[in-house]
Amino acid sequence: MLKKFMFSLFILLSLSSPSWADLHIDITEGTFKPVEIAITPFDGGGDAALTQIANQISKVISNDLESCGLFKVVNPNAYIQSAREVMSHPRFPDWKILHAEALVGGLVKRNGQNFQVDFRLFDVFTESQLAGLALETESSNWRRVAHKIADEIYERITGDKGYFDTRIVYVAESGPEMGRKYSLAIMDQDGENHQFISTGNRRVLTPRMSPCRTKIAYVDFGANDKTPTLHIHNLATGQSDALGSVDGQRMSPRFSPKGDHIILSSANKGAASLYKMDLASKKFDRLTSTTSTIDVSPCYSPDGSQIVYISDRGGKPQIYVRDASGGNENRISFSPGRYDNPIWSPRGDLIAFTRQNGGTFYIGVMRPDGSGERMLDTGYLLEGPTWSPNGREVMYTYQASSKAKVKLRSVDIVGFHKREVNIPGEGSYPTW
Amino acid sequence: MRLKISSLLATAALALSACDCCVDECLDASGQGALAAAEAAAAAEACVPGTVADFVDNVGDRVFFDFDRSQVRADGMETLQRQAAWLNTFGNYVVTINGHCDKRGTTEYNLALGERRAHAAKEKLIAAGVDASRIKVVSYGKNRPIVEQDGSEWAYQQNRVAITVLD
Repeated sequence: MLKKFMFSLFILLSLSSPSWADLHIDITEGTFKPVEIAITPFDGGGDAALTQIANQISKVISNDLESCGLFKVVNPNAYIQSAREVMSHPRFPDWKILHAEALVGGLVKRNGQNFQVDFRLFDVFTESQLAGLALETESSNWRRVAHKIADEIYERITGDKGYFDTRIVYVAESGPEMGRKYSLAIMDQDGENHQFISTGNRRVLTPRMSPCRTKIAYVDFGANDKTPTLHIHNLATGQSDALGSVDGQRMSPRFSPKGDHIILSSANKGAASLYKMDLASKKFDRLTSTTSTIDVSPCYSPDGSQIVYISDRGGKPQIYVRDASGGNENRISFSPGRYDNPIWSPRGDLIAFTRQNGGTFYIGVMRPDGSGERMLDTGYLLEGPTWSPNGREVMYTYQASSKAKVKLRSVDIVGFHKREVNIPGEGSYPTW
Repeated sequence: MRLKISSLLATAALALSACDCCVDECLDASGQGALAAAEAAAAAEACVPGTVADFVDNVGDRVFFDFDRSQVRADGMETLQRQAAWLNTFGNYVVTINGHCDKRGTTEYNLALGERRAHAAKEKLIAAGVDASRIKVVSYGKNRPIVEQDGSEWAYQQNRVAITVLD
């Protein structure tokens, strides 16, 4: 289903003496100023087709970097050198006048059937090269090349892994509230290469991506809309299979960090308990045992040692953390209202959640011990957070008012920069 | 034992009221002579005890819940008593109780809450003598509203519901 992405990559030697990154964003601080970056339109060397690709690559890089809120792209109309000039002899003092802190240049050339993209990233103030790469691949892969370059720039400047060369699965929604259609869809993180995975003839809910991002676990109500079961969709083969059965209505599946089993909740006889299910043997093990309370939305810590989940044993649904093997159970949420969908950050440092207090919904984060709780966004209806693979952004369902369209939003957890994610219609429950 | 007796009494009362309704509606329909054929047919079906329309119109297929609650209220209890009596009379039916929640909540917790509501209704039917094997439950949480959610209290109430569907 997906074309294999083959590319070769080598490092371009620095033009100047090697330098350590003086230019960086300290994104652990509460406030910061975006890095001003000049991204010259990449040079296609006089070849019209290549020039078009080269320009598009620079645009995708600019869009990626600006979307995360950590960078501000200097207005290209003010640029005083071409990409080709920047690649060979950047005039740093001139770029300083434009307040550019970082500078990017790139060249695109043919290499047999393939094309090659050379790019360099400079620190304008230390007048040194921070990164230089050459990427070679089929020309149809130009978008992924652009995302990889954006990832490299992000990583060199922030010290964190980039997440631009990633994809998102979500529930695409269409039609009126009564008789709404739900289908799974997948797209690049910037909304490009959008494809539907399912047709909209079945009610599909709450997808979650596997750690290797090759499978999706979700709830499927069946062709008759009466038989909710857990399904696993294989992105490589396009196949969807129902998982084995345990008493009750199965919901809220999440993969284990190794991807070998899932944890889930099953509602039966008015109570909902947590289970784990081995994907090879299809065997279920019960994790919590309740006769009257609802335990739902379990999620592993990235090292697999703990589980965070929702329970209403104290009255309203609240967040609890326990050891994966059982024991050491602690309630960690205490603000007014109710909580759902706790999702552990891939960095392990935070748990994102949905909170509802009266008629207001929030997406927030707190540390696994319950400290440091803060709200990232609020509105009429927000739910279903998911983390970017580097643990720096949270994406979620966002509806501004009862009649507004249901959309996806993403927020940078440090700068609080919010962006609406580009999807063709309405959508909910993203999984990154 | 008391439950058994009371449900039999309820059956008798139901049968009477169904007859009353039947006579009234049929007279009304023919008297006016203005009902469309389909409506007349539907009305006529509702007059036939033991039909789906009889169950929906005369017994009542839905039980409402308070916000975030799954306890059956007194009004719901009456409906479920009527449902049990009807199901005990017409023993050929199996049912699915669909649990629903209003949209001011989250998808995952409300799937479980919907199951809890549907199960609460199921327990009352069992207590009133309906065999457990005849009752399935399924929860749609907040994702399959019964009426359009225009923000009115009425719409919220209509969607906090367990609906008994004859299969």
